[in-house]
Amino acid sequence: MQEYTITSGRNMAHIDPTLSIWGWEVPVYLYLGGLVAGVLFFSALYFIRGKADEMPTVVRVTPLLAPILLGLGLFTLFLDLEYKLHVFRFYTNIRLESPMSWGSWTLAAIFPLSLLWAAIHVGKVFPKWRWPFGWMDRMVAIAETYARPIAWSLIVYSVILGIYTGILLSAFNARPIWNTAILGPLFLASGLSTGLALNMLFSKEKNELHLLGKIDVMTIAVEVFLIIHMFMGFLASAEIHIQAAGLFLGGPFTASFWVFVVALGLLVPLLLELLELRGRIAATKIPALLVLAGGFFLRYIIVEAGQVSTWGL
Amino acid sequence: MARYGMVIDTKRCVGCADCVVACQTENNVPEGFCRDWIVEALDGEYPDLRMEIRSERCNHCENAPCVRCCPTGASQITDGGIVLVEEAECTGCKACIASCPYDARFVHPEGYVDKCTFCYHRVKEGQDPACVAVCPTKCMHFGDLEDPHSEVSKLLRSRPNHALIPEAGTKPKIFYLT
Ligand code: SF4
Ligand code: SF4
Repeated sequence: MQEYTITSGRNMAHIDPTLSIWGWEVPVYLYLGGLVAGVLFFSALYFIRGKADEMPTVVRVTPLLAPILLGLGLFTLFLDLEYKLHVFRFYTNIRLESPMSWGSWTLAAIFPLSLLWAAIHVGKVFPKWRWPFGWMDRMVAIAETYARPIAWSLIVYSVILGIYTGILLSAFNARPIWNTAILGPLFLASGLSTGLALNMLFSKEKNELHLLGKIDVMTIAVEVFLIIHMFMGFLASAEIHIQAAGLFLGGPFTASFWVFVVALGLLVPLLLELLELRGRIAATKIPALLVLAGGFFLRYIIVEAGQVSTWGL
Repeated sequence: MARYGMVIDTKRCVGCADCVVACQTENNVPEGFCRDWIVEALDGEYPDLRMEIRSERCNHCENAPCVRCCPTGASQITDGGIVLVEEAECTGCKACIASCPYDARFVHPEGYVDKCTFCYHRVKEGQDPACVAVCPTKCMHFGDLEDPHSEVSKLLRSRPNHALIPEAGTKPKIFYLT
């Protein structure tokens, strides 16, 4: 028997009995960051491959939402800071050891890039669009001539953004359930999948929808594989990792994780998309909505579970 | 360069929590928070039970994850290996709180992250941290782990001891004599 009782001095807000330092703000940011990474990645990819006309939603329409969604994500991240006045401190230092530091510098690069990218495409989506000032016209015209290099840097930065949201958590050895290298690729795959799902919501082109469905089936399959792999890794690891996995295998997060993330967020949309692709059922927006919701629950539940997961004293 | 650490004799500690109060007073710790705390750890099967009373705090880890993950450099290792938070540079992002396996940190109501400083302001003047100075059973010892002649080094050589969660790899610098 082992019992650990704090008899004096603790019971502090957000620390005891278990950590609750991160509420909804951080998972929302991680979610929106991943979603925007997915949107920008596919937009830039198909732009470079010269598919702007065949895949207008992917290349031009959803990227218009990217800076808005990313801006919202940054805002929730800001809401989470306890010392809001000091937010500029992220940019008075570069600390390579700190995932949060390179995350903030990545955001400093990808946010303006996403604005430029949207500016390049907005005129093509809304032909009546006019910039209020002449200098804006000139700036967008210049950006257009650099569209390819911008697209290439978007590809690089969106992958970093997507993967870093996972690495941010996996770098915390103090929280065993986060401390797995799978989290980076898993969040990236989930980000790509939610990006595809957002495109499916907006796309009206049959061919485009078909291709989106096909890629999404693959990304979901990768996610399922990564999740299985993650639990195999935990169960084959040291005691604390076995205990951490227990949070999802019989512990308090079992039902929410397997129902909302795995079943409704991955397996059901996977099945529906497969049936739609084969023409067995009529195509609907349901799989896309499920993927979008599942992606959020994944972040939310992982962020919550990490705060409960400890080395135990 | 000194490498400060603490050695705490669990055989003498009675769990009076004077160290907790001394710290709160010395460092003006806001109400509802603390930088050190008392733990009663029970181990074994009845009737062979063993209880250890411990005064716990930030371990001023040598391989400090809180310093590594801090995006601004607010969490830093200063002279003598003491881990400090520079208020003016802290954004309150709480990454360091998540990174600490000992849950030694908290958010000060003013927004920055706070924790034990080993009473750096006293140590600079050659004094012991407040908790060590006030302990009525004299069970706490503070000193330079690098110096083989220091009291802490001698105690560690002469008595069985353990640190908390060394498996987490942070290289904690608080040791408990058993
Ligand atoms: S005990 Fe926690 S706060 Fe203190 S140095 Fe170690 S990791 Fe950092
Ligand atoms: S809360 Fe402050 S000290 Fe902690 S990691 Fe963030 S900026 Fe650094």
